[in-house]
Amino acid sequence: MQHRSLLILTSVLATGALTLTACGSRSNDNKSNGGGGSSSSSSSNTTVVIGVDAPLTGANSATGLGIQYGVQIAVDDANAKNLVPGVTFKVKALDDKAQPATGQQNATALVADNSVIAAIGPLNSGVAQSMQQVFASANMVEISPSNTNPTLTQGKDWATGNKVRAFKTYFRTATTDALQGGFAADYAYNTLKKKDAFVVDDKQTYGAGLAGIFKGKFSGLGGKIAGTDHVNTGDTDYSTLVTKIKNSHADMLYYGGQYDESELITKQLKAAGVNIPLMGGDGMFSDTYIKTAGKAAEGDLATSVGVPVTTLPAAKDFISTYKSKGYPGDYGTYGGYSYDAATAVIKGVKAIMDANSNKLPAMTDARSQLVDAVQKSDFDGIAGHVSFDQYGDTTNKQLTVYQVKSGAWAPVKSGTYNG
Amino acid sequence: MHTLPQQLANGLFIGSMYGLIAIGYTMVYGIVQLINFAHGEIYMTGAFGALAVYTNLPSGTSIWLALPLMLIGGGIVSVLIAVGAERFAYRPLRNAPRLAPLITAIGLSLALQQAVFLWYPGGDNGKRFPQLPGGPYHIGSVDIQSGDIFLIVAAVVCMVALATFVRTSRTGRAMQATAQDPDTAQLMGIDTNRIIVIAFAIGGFFAAVAGVASGLKYGQVKFDIGFQAGLKAFTAAVLGGIGNIYGAMLGGLVLGIAESCASAYISNIPGMEQLGGGGWANVWAFVLLIVVLLVRPQGLLGERVADRA
Repeated sequence: MQHRSLLILTSVLATGALTLTACGSRSNDNKSNGGGGSSSSSSSNTTVVIGVDAPLTGANSATGLGIQYGVQIAVDDANAKNLVPGVTFKVKALDDKAQPATGQQNATALVADNSVIAAIGPLNSGVAQSMQQVFASANMVEISPSNTNPTLTQGKDWATGNKVRAFKTYFRTATTDALQGGFAADYAYNTLKKKDAFVVDDKQTYGAGLAGIFKGKFSGLGGKIAGTDHVNTGDTDYSTLVTKIKNSHADMLYYGGQYDESELITKQLKAAGVNIPLMGGDGMFSDTYIKTAGKAAEGDLATSVGVPVTTLPAAKDFISTYKSKGYPGDYGTYGGYSYDAATAVIKGVKAIMDANSNKLPAMTDARSQLVDAVQKSDFDGIAGHVSFDQYGDTTNKQLTVYQVKSGAWAPVKSGTYNG
Repeated sequence: MHTLPQQLANGLFIGSMYGLIAIGYTMVYGIVQLINFAHGEIYMTGAFGALAVYTNLPSGTSIWLALPLMLIGGGIVSVLIAVGAERFAYRPLRNAPRLAPLITAIGLSLALQQAVFLWYPGGDNGKRFPQLPGGPYHIGSVDIQSGDIFLIVAAVVCMVALATFVRTSRTGRAMQATAQDPDTAQLMGIDTNRIIVIAFAIGGFFAAVAGVASGLKYGQVKFDIGFQAGLKAFTAAVLGGIGNIYGAMLGGLVLGIAESCASAYISNIPGMEQLGGGGWANVWAFVLLIVVLLVRPQGLLGERVADRA
């Protein structure tokens, strides 16, 4: 008797825990599916699904949700305007929790779903590395609105000029860290007149890559590197790091990583009386950063891809839709690029159907034809012109430096950087 | 090396937090030989309980007035969860093989984490926690934040109170007796079930104090903070000698100081540049654990069986 009740209790608990975990992800799927297709008026007979993979819960989810709903709005617009007659688009959003292993599972799930034609995402470069091969094997287009690590498109020897494209199915609408890191170093050295930078990264593909590029460019310009350190994602205590920075007498801190860590670092840094600006990349360009760090964020800087989405006339409708629907997450970082990435897929589907007497070929053929169609993309999106070079990189190389002023990110310099 | 006093202080603060949480592991282990892996989550729910109290106070309430209420609120949440876990998850398994309650603890840990994630309003992301005003204070070359002062004071008060309680009170002596031999203790008329509940409750309350201290120190709580903190506190408990309450505190302090010194200075050793820095702090923490366990398998203070409770 005793043993049976133990067994029941243990299994109830275990099942409870598993169910709760499952609920977490399922409720997100429902959210994404529920929002779509409502405005569709066409008497369509084909449903084409665009997959989304991004962190939708936990770390990085503020910017991840911006990707999900950026795609959602693009799909709703396409359905409402009947952009591709006879086709209704839908979104299938999966949560990768910013974990490479989860991203790979999601990629496999998207490839296995015969209604999915292409995928938008992921947010993190490190996650992208684990997904690229899955999509390449299935000949399925993957467009990331936010990956900035150069190796994803140009191969691991890109820095020596030996650029090789490894995956012809991988594209991105964001420019690379080779440009972003250089742009940041240039701004820090020449405009801010900073001479001693302390460089910290989170050991992830994106963060370590970006910090390395910044370090190289900054010292190339004549700046000094006052010190370097690494942190673990998920850490909360940075007192040791703060003491090191304080003692190094650096006049700025450059952080390669995401807002989840940098918002705590800047807070603890300023609390210790070290009033130097923290500068980072697009991973920390999020309103959540300012919300958490509060006053400590004032004067901090972030570079991000593209020009501010609020200054783009074409993005006005996008922003008002995002706000009126009350979608969660930060659209400011990658929302526009996600919209454009989804639009590239939608336009690609149209091109395939135009070439095939207005019918969508079988999904395996459609997927592989879409790779060529997306490669030939050439249109004006809401965040700038959309076209891809021979590596799958965007030809839009605009970048912007933002600074926290009176509790909000204010653009201080936009431009194109060419190395 | 002139940053050494500051780095030692950094280690001391984080170490006191590990120690406070480690008390819960060590007391429960000392009495029922159970590793309560859900204890990190009890720390996390304590912080969320305190936050819930704070958000429901009228806005503009002074933090000094709110703090005692937050401690009580967080404490009640943690103690209820800890005692509830004991009553409904662990007690039915008390005579089962050791692995069954261990797995239950892991399941409970997941369930608690996901429950906060799902049901605490906005709990799926970081929540802002109020911070103490004032500071930093300077003592020599050391900067101390007001949150750190609260942490140290809380740790010392809790430790002294616990030591006094275990040594002098009737219940405290009953706890020592139960730890030494539960069967004989029961024969002598000690209600061991009650003692076990008290051990869980004290551990839960200490975890809540640590949760509030962590919120005040970092200004943020997240649903997943319990995992890493719990793992470190468990390490601290083993390092100090699991089952020994003084060992838990000592283990926490040693672990905190080792972590902070390792990440600050190892990269200065020629040839070790790659192995230093904050990214390696966890590695050095566990290297220390392995070395200590090789030399002293019972942990730093493991031999003082008479004191364990």
